[in-house]
Amino acid sequence: MTTIIAKRGTKATLVIRDARVFDPGSGIDTRTDVLIEKGQIVRIAPGKGSVGEAQVIDGAGRLLLPGFVDLHAHLRSPGREDEEDMASGTRAAAAGGYVTICAMPNTDPVVDNAAVIASLAELAEADAMVRVAFLGAISRGEKGDHLSDMWDMAGAGAVGFTDDGRPVADAGLLRAAFQAARNVNLPLSLHCEDLDLAGAGVVNEGTVSAQLGLAGIPGTAESSDVARNLDIALYEGARVHIAHVSCARSVAAVDLARKAGGAVTCEVTPHHLALNDEEVRGLDANFKMNPPLRNEADRLALVEALASGVIDCIATDHAPHATQEKETPFEEAPFGVIGLETAFAVLYSELVQAGAVSLEVLVQAMSSNPARAFGLPVPTITEGQEANLCLVDVDEEYEIDPAGFYSKSRNSAFSGRKVRGRVLLTLVAGRMAHNIL
Amino acid sequence: MNRYLLSMNDLSHEDIESLLATARVDFLDLSKRDIKKVPTLRGRTVIDLFYEKSTRTSTSFELAGKRLSADVINVKADSSAVGKGESLKDTTLTLNAYRPDIIVIRHPHVGAAAFVSRFTEAHVINAGDGMGEHPTQCLLDIFSMQQEFGELKGLKVAIVGDILHSRVARSNIIGFQKMGMEVTLVAPPALLPRGVEAFGAEVSHSLDALAGMDMIYLLRMQKERHEGANFLPSLREYIASYQVGLRHVGKGQRVLHPGPINRGVEIEGALADSQENLILHQVEAGLAVRMAVLYRIIVDNAVADSAAESEPATGEAGSTGSPEKSDTGKSAAQVEEPVKNIHAVG
Amino acid sequence: MSGVFVKTVVSADQLGRTIVRIAHEILEKDQDAGQLALVGIHTRGAHLAHRLAELMAQFTGQEIPVGELDISLYRDDVAARGSLTVRSRLAQPEIKGTNLPFGIDDMTIVLVDDVLFTGRTIRAAIDALFDYGRPSCIQLAVLVDRGHRELPIRPDFVGKNLPTSTEERINVRLSEVDGEDEVVLEATREGIEEGQRQ
Repeated sequence: MTTIIAKRGTKATLVIRDARVFDPGSGIDTRTDVLIEKGQIVRIAPGKGSVGEAQVIDGAGRLLLPGFVDLHAHLRSPGREDEEDMASGTRAAAAGGYVTICAMPNTDPVVDNAAVIASLAELAEADAMVRVAFLGAISRGEKGDHLSDMWDMAGAGAVGFTDDGRPVADAGLLRAAFQAARNVNLPLSLHCEDLDLAGAGVVNEGTVSAQLGLAGIPGTAESSDVARNLDIALYEGARVHIAHVSCARSVAAVDLARKAGGAVTCEVTPHHLALNDEEVRGLDANFKMNPPLRNEADRLALVEALASGVIDCIATDHAPHATQEKETPFEEAPFGVIGLETAFAVLYSELVQAGAVSLEVLVQAMSSNPARAFGLPVPTITEGQEANLCLVDVDEEYEIDPAGFYSKSRNSAFSGRKVRGRVLLTLVAGRMAHNIL
Repeated sequence: MNRYLLSMNDLSHEDIESLLATARVDFLDLSKRDIKKVPTLRGRTVIDLFYEKSTRTSTSFELAGKRLSADVINVKADSSAVGKGESLKDTTLTLNAYRPDIIVIRHPHVGAAAFVSRFTEAHVINAGDGMGEHPTQCLLDIFSMQQEFGELKGLKVAIVGDILHSRVARSNIIGFQKMGMEVTLVAPPALLPRGVEAFGAEVSHSLDALAGMDMIYLLRMQKERHEGANFLPSLREYIASYQVGLRHVGKGQRVLHPGPINRGVEIEGALADSQENLILHQVEAGLAVRMAVLYRIIVDNAVADSAAESEPATGEAGSTGSPEKSDTGKSAAQVEEPVKNIHAVG
Repeated sequence: MSGVFVKTVVSADQLGRTIVRIAHEILEKDQDAGQLALVGIHTRGAHLAHRLAELMAQFTGQEIPVGELDISLYRDDVAARGSLTVRSRLAQPEIKGTNLPFGIDDMTIVLVDDVLFTGRTIRAAIDALFDYGRPSCIQLAVLVDRGHRELPIRPDFVGKNLPTSTEERINVRLSEVDGEDEVVLEATREGIEEGQRQ
């Protein structure tokens, strides 16, 4: 089993009436009723059929979507449980409509062996509100020197490998990692960054960094590493996933590698799709992340690449940080923002309502595409399937207020933003994981 | 002036003129008196919070405060302690408990002064924040230029050297342009920030651009920020290509430098010793300008502003009268309450 | 405000004669003109000081040194005076600040101002003077004394006593600044009526 979820709670029995059921995977887009009995979708049909003991939920004017899958979340366990833990992180995920999330291994200690994965799996079984999958580190301690034991971790349930937070600088090590991962048929998720080009940078290099006097991280620090890594992946014929692409030239490199026949997937974060580096002018450390927010031309290229399918996944890079760590001058603050609880609403408002991306593309990029990229269960709204879905209110505008987050951390880049697309209810493996109705 | 002086963007052209008029009229000659002190800020507290080594800025702020009779406290914090020691927020909250009127801060990171202003009711003055800005340096530079040239509008100034790492350059580009000057940046490509076009200044990679300038503003080569990065393949090359010497300075041109100078690096020794440079005038101007900043940030934000505007008797039209007329004990009493309120809501 | 009532209380002629009288009185009191200097308080006091010095030079044939004192930095109400005051002062084209082109040690200094009211300006002026040296004696000449003192300060030479209410304003207008010489009383109508009832 690659994903783990707590077995708490009973399987839900309920009927969602008159919602717009939208699942591109099963080809449904219609207003109808969905009857769920003991966690299983038993009937998708309008009408007055018997619902027995089922709780009735009014879905009128609401969207019923397959649950979301996040390939990139930092749960901070073990090591920084003050910032996030298994319970809070997965609760936040449920509140964002997620049914499966992938925990990154850059914890303390680093998830670089089967024993750590086994203990995290145990923790997830006790505490997790959504399915949790684990990525193991590519190198021991994420130090970039020696390969970790991928075979052993695959046996313990790892769904992929990454040194996220750091790039794999040594090309020889990366090649060996592709070979080792291919042996267990798992993908590598690569944080692409040339550290020499990034230097001491803290924001995108460009007019904003010039004017503020902040050291910049040029786009080429990412795109040159993306190009190198994809070239090695192509040579090795390995599955590769490019994490958090942030600029146009990275997208171009992905497109090229895929056209050359590479087994390439890639992700983009909600903040890189919705924000640009102008946000940094206020020097609020909640706009400090790595890769940094790029300029508007890069942002538009990311949106375009998502619409055209070059970018196939959306991942949050949910990175909780304690308030005191972000409440410092910009340069001192750590990189990273949280995103599980705001991803859909932000993207629905900024992309779908704005007409830049269709709802179909957004839902696929948040659900089935990432699930397939890492071989995870694909959420679907289909009769006879386990209920992994969420109900979303797309009418009422609300203001994002981190004070109300389930996450332990508050470092959101979307605080105060007015959006539509609040997740009202999430069912994970047939169990009620989130319900604010 | 606004409550804070964090960036040259906080000042309009009119603000700058008015502030520098105060420096000229009220403070420039003070140093020539036997008693170099006025009671203006008696009973006020100024905290100079310096997280970076500084000689001229810290002494000039300290002296400026003392000559205005303020109680001046110097806090020299070791920036290497940041991270293991008290956070800037907590330091600010602690100092704020003393109810200072002004906090002057020098810090190695951009935005530190703005950050501090979030946690204190005091007026905050940015005395240099990382590679960000250094607005009082810009003001004293403009002051020195005015003393030499009078009206600055239409004059041409070249800023030469390590622009990438210079907070002085950032403030000066903004400030000089506000004064109507035409700014040209002269530096090798590696010492210009990517995105330099955002400054709206001409850019040149050659000292040939100095011909036709009224002023040449040299920047210090910030060698300490070059460590580990190859900004310059060789200092000899830089000196050969970008060092400004007497031979570059035409008739009527004046040279400025924020100090401390690297004699023999960005500035030739003979030029540093010549009459063509205004470097020591800049230092002298620094004191008068910083006194003006301390004075005006208090006076301009005094609560009586609103009262004065709403009461015609002391408005602009009433200025024909004696200053005594607004001088009643009653008005002093009226002031007392709002001051407290400001602390409460600030 | 429901309209301002303005009344000329000292005409140009009267003002001229008054200044002449003050010049004579100063010379009578301060016999040793060699040790005498006039210091006018910005702005109108400075102009008055120059007029007095000119007259005194005519009377004695001796040059009397004149200085100008800007007391803005010595005021006891920095916080109470907003930028309007500072800006309006700076807006005057001829602002010079303090200018004392002579040593004041052991001199007899006659401070000159247009209107004496609470006395706070004079206190500030005395403070300022002492930062420039140690005069042997300071005297005070004012064109108008309108009462309402808040400090134990008494003028040595007074042009005219004008009892006023605190609601009223006395504006001394001088040709150097205002184009004409006169002293006017300004009051609101309510203020005037109030005064008449009393």
